[in-house]
Amino acid sequence: MMDAAGGIPLEHVIWFAITLFLIGVVGILIRRNVIFILLSLELMMNAAAVVFIAAGAFHDQADGQVMFMFILALAAAEVAVALGLVVQLSRRFKTLDIDAASEMTG
Amino acid sequence: MNLLWLIPTFPLAGFLILCATEGKLPKVVTACIGAGSVGLSAIVAALVGWEFVTSDSTSYSQVLWTWMVVGDFNVSISLYLDYLALVMVGVITGVGFLIHLYATGYMWDEEGYSRFFAYMNLFVFAMLLLVLGDSLLLLFLGWEGVGLCSYLLIGFFHTDPANGYAARKAFVVTRVGDTALILGLFLLFREVGTLDIQQSLDGARNIWPDGSVMNTAIALLLLGGAIGKSAQVPLQTWLPDAMAGPTPVSALIHAATMVTAGVYLIARMQDLYLLSETATLCVAVVGLVTLFIASFTALVQSDIKRVLAFSTMSQIGYMFFALGVGAWSAAIFHLMTHAFFKALLFLASGSVILALHHEQDMHKMGGLWRKLSIPFWSMVIGSAALAALPFTSGFVSKDAILLTAAHSETLGMTFWGVAVAAAFMTSLYTMRMMYLTFFGETKMEPHDKSKANMWLPLLVLSALSIGGGWLGFTVLETLFGDKGVHFELHLKELVAIATMCVPLLGVLVGYLLFATNVFDRRKISDSSLGKAVGRFWFVGWGFDKIYDTLIVNPFRWLARVNKSDAVDYLFRFTTLVARIFHNLLTVSQNGRLRWYALTMFSGLLFVLIVVALI
Repeated sequence: MMDAAGGIPLEHVIWFAITLFLIGVVGILIRRNVIFILLSLELMMNAAAVVFIAAGAFHDQADGQVMFMFILALAAAEVAVALGLVVQLSRRFKTLDIDAASEMTG
Repeated sequence: MNLLWLIPTFPLAGFLILCATEGKLPKVVTACIGAGSVGLSAIVAALVGWEFVTSDSTSYSQVLWTWMVVGDFNVSISLYLDYLALVMVGVITGVGFLIHLYATGYMWDEEGYSRFFAYMNLFVFAMLLLVLGDSLLLLFLGWEGVGLCSYLLIGFFHTDPANGYAARKAFVVTRVGDTALILGLFLLFREVGTLDIQQSLDGARNIWPDGSVMNTAIALLLLGGAIGKSAQVPLQTWLPDAMAGPTPVSALIHAATMVTAGVYLIARMQDLYLLSETATLCVAVVGLVTLFIASFTALVQSDIKRVLAFSTMSQIGYMFFALGVGAWSAAIFHLMTHAFFKALLFLASGSVILALHHEQDMHKMGGLWRKLSIPFWSMVIGSAALAALPFTSGFVSKDAILLTAAHSETLGMTFWGVAVAAAFMTSLYTMRMMYLTFFGETKMEPHDKSKANMWLPLLVLSALSIGGGWLGFTVLETLFGDKGVHFELHLKELVAIATMCVPLLGVLVGYLLFATNVFDRRKISDSSLGKAVGRFWFVGWGFDKIYDTLIVNPFRWLARVNKSDAVDYLFRFTTLVARIFHNLLTVSQNGRLRWYALTMFSGLLFVLIVVALI
């Protein structure tokens, strides 16, 4: 078994990332509070970032860490936009329940 | 002669200007453009005609530009002038201008003044294209153009649905003939390989020196087109209904020019007919049957314009008859004189109708001759020419036809007898029309509003109706050169004297019948036989009824049964399927973010499982 950085096997890292990702998925699906949905999104993104870091260490290349920096920037931008939406949501609907904003039906 | 292209250009320009301004011009300007454009082309036509007659050439052609080139196939837009075309151009622009001038007064109070003149100018342009075009394609373009204008102008008063019906009827019935015409043109093109009229006639002479079945077939198909356009039996039913249009339209399109296009076509394709005895005989028989039927029908009509319509049919029947018995020049001659006197009759009747506030029923007229003196005297002159009384233009041309018929070899005297009987009827119904309209007791008070622009055309046309016969006779004899059959006035012969006397006899009988009480005409018309015959004649020998029963009603029945269109079900099925899927997918679009996320993840999961399994 090949090691990622610090003697942790790559497989463990991947299982960890999958678990983290699924927690995020479940969080999005079952949570109604929009703040928690955003947290779950961050969780999913970090799961992907962990895989990049582990893979970078595994292949002894800096690419993984570069990708992590990108994801970090992306997450910051995403949060900026999303928090704006949250503010609008709470102003218009006086609630943070995402199911309240379900007027755009087909 | 190189001004030839200007003749059709002026009316086209008039049409374009009137179209572009959408009736926003003042009425006076509209009238100037509408009538002036045709007047200018009449002047140019006179100049060109004079130059052509004084020159020695027998034809002149002018290539304007190339229309299309596909391989060896080359069609150019070019004009061709010979004596036949010159006569037609003279009639179209000359008589056309007078009618336009009259229409400036007649249509003054009507809606759509500018639209009327736009259509009229377009008509003149298309008609000129028809007679001047040197290729069959150009001829066909003009042929369809005049059909379109006829449709538009019959339905000019479009607020009354009956007028729209009349317009559609005219269009559809002539279309039957046009189909025959275009088939004939296709066949001719396949056989001789060119669309140029002169070349194709030369080709026909070379390919079939003694005539053939193919030649006869082409000639008969072209005759079919001519029958439709010229309202001959059996496609004549549209013309009486076409009187729904304004009276100047009836004068120009349905008397003087468009309906004679069939005569022009046959005269133009003369060589094809000279090669086929069958086709020539058919032309004669069609003309004879039409002139016979129409002259009887005209006797019992009560609408003055319908009388004139049936009389037009019968006069064009004379022209066809003349073409069929070989009197080519006489046919074109009669075309010309007929254009003069029939335009005169229509315009004069238009003045009467206008003075009586659009009353067309002759039984409601009467005693008008003192009050409407100009229309009355015009009508007298026109009627005399129509009835072929001696020393009028109609007499010269009709006698030429009848005498040539009497001298023709095939069935000469039989043909002559029928035609002379119809000539008798012609003078009889003319007398009836004159008596009912102008004599007897006054039933309506006329209000004559006509100005110089309305009576001037009447005067000019009156002069032409009397003098026109002597004017053009010598020119017309040279029309067909040595190809036509020459004829003279054999005044010494018994036949000639009989031909001359029959119209006079008709006038006499008409006078006794309608103006005096020598014969009791009520007794004749009220007897059961008289009533039945009268009704039969009144409906034009029942052609409309036959067509309604055989074609129109079955078609309507079919249309009603198939109202929902069986073929449509196929297409409705596809829309149905699309609609079901649409409804299904609409349910999934519920606006809940978490529901979308769930479908997205389950889709992802599905793809992953599929990938893993494979």
